[in-house]
Amino acid sequence: MSNTTALTHPGDVDAPDNLRFYVPEKHHPQNGTLLGFWLYLMSDCLIFAALFAVYGVIGRNYAAGPSGADLFDLKLVAINTAFLLFSSITYGFAMLEMNKNRVNTTLLWLGITGLFGLAFLGLEMYEFYHLIHEGATPQRSGFLSAFFILVGTHGLHVTFGVIWLVTLMVQVKQRGLIGENKRRLMCLSMFWHFLDVVWIGVFTFVYLMGVLA
Amino acid sequence: MSSHTENITHSGHEIGHGDVSAEGTHGHGGHDDHHDDNVAHGTMSDYVKGFVLSIILTAIPFWLVMGDVFDNTNTTALVIMGFAVVQIVVHMVYFLHMNFKSEGGWNMLALIFTIVIVVITLAGSIWVMYHLNANMMPAMMHDMKNMP
Repeated sequence: MSNTTALTHPGDVDAPDNLRFYVPEKHHPQNGTLLGFWLYLMSDCLIFAALFAVYGVIGRNYAAGPSGADLFDLKLVAINTAFLLFSSITYGFAMLEMNKNRVNTTLLWLGITGLFGLAFLGLEMYEFYHLIHEGATPQRSGFLSAFFILVGTHGLHVTFGVIWLVTLMVQVKQRGLIGENKRRLMCLSMFWHFLDVVWIGVFTFVYLMGVLA
Repeated sequence: MSSHTENITHSGHEIGHGDVSAEGTHGHGGHDDHHDDNVAHGTMSDYVKGFVLSIILTAIPFWLVMGDVFDNTNTTALVIMGFAVVQIVVHMVYFLHMNFKSEGGWNMLALIFTIVIVVITLAGSIWVMYHLNANMMPAMMHDMKNMP
């Protein structure tokens, strides 16, 4: 209230303009959406941390059932890891093309990224189907419950990432590379690379160390 | 509140100073423009470097485990965890473009905070549950030694 009085004080007519001097850049993030999305990713990271902790605690409780060494096929996991890595670099290429405002090549790289994502999901579904077919269901032991919830949550994230990717491809196709679409693509870029980071933890902690035991 | 008001009126008197007003309008103009220049960070060489590094950092752990390179599984476990940490840093730097400057440092602050929470969650859970298990089920001591 006292603020308003001061601003309308005669002789200080141009005072409202001067308000801008008092918005220092360092306290004012350039793009709030990206920072907000980063905060969401960090909270997502905590979900995965909790699931990793669950796996760390009960990941060796086999209940006389199969262990990781019996179940995991590392060649399959290596191929899956390669799919995700390739999808990361192709998404990077899509972002570089986006910076150059080339709609068609951006869409092409996004499409390739989506195909790698689908290949990853397909292989993971095959693995899950195979496990369940062998009787290694989530109900079998604490280890398998923790395994399915951790890897399944990651797979669910990739699924939504692919849906988001297709949505954005349609939007870019219809509206072109306008500012809003670029912002959305940058958010998805962070999401996609973040899932790759989580997968590093999954293949190291779950698969490689599971086979070691 | 009152000190804020003082600042505003004070600056009103100083509007005549050339460089102050120039700086102010420049800063504001830069802010408005951000809606247009949604330019992603990172260059081709960044992505290629990150990709090559992550291929190497992925291939070595898989080779170590699949080829039974070390006799001691604990050594292998420690080494592949080391590779995972390095690869996560590589992804953060080259793919997620983390640095101390982006978003005025708030990205890094949020990341550091998250890492602290993650370390507490993981280390705390495993540590506490290890002792619980060890105390309650002596027969499982041997299994627990191989905890990840």
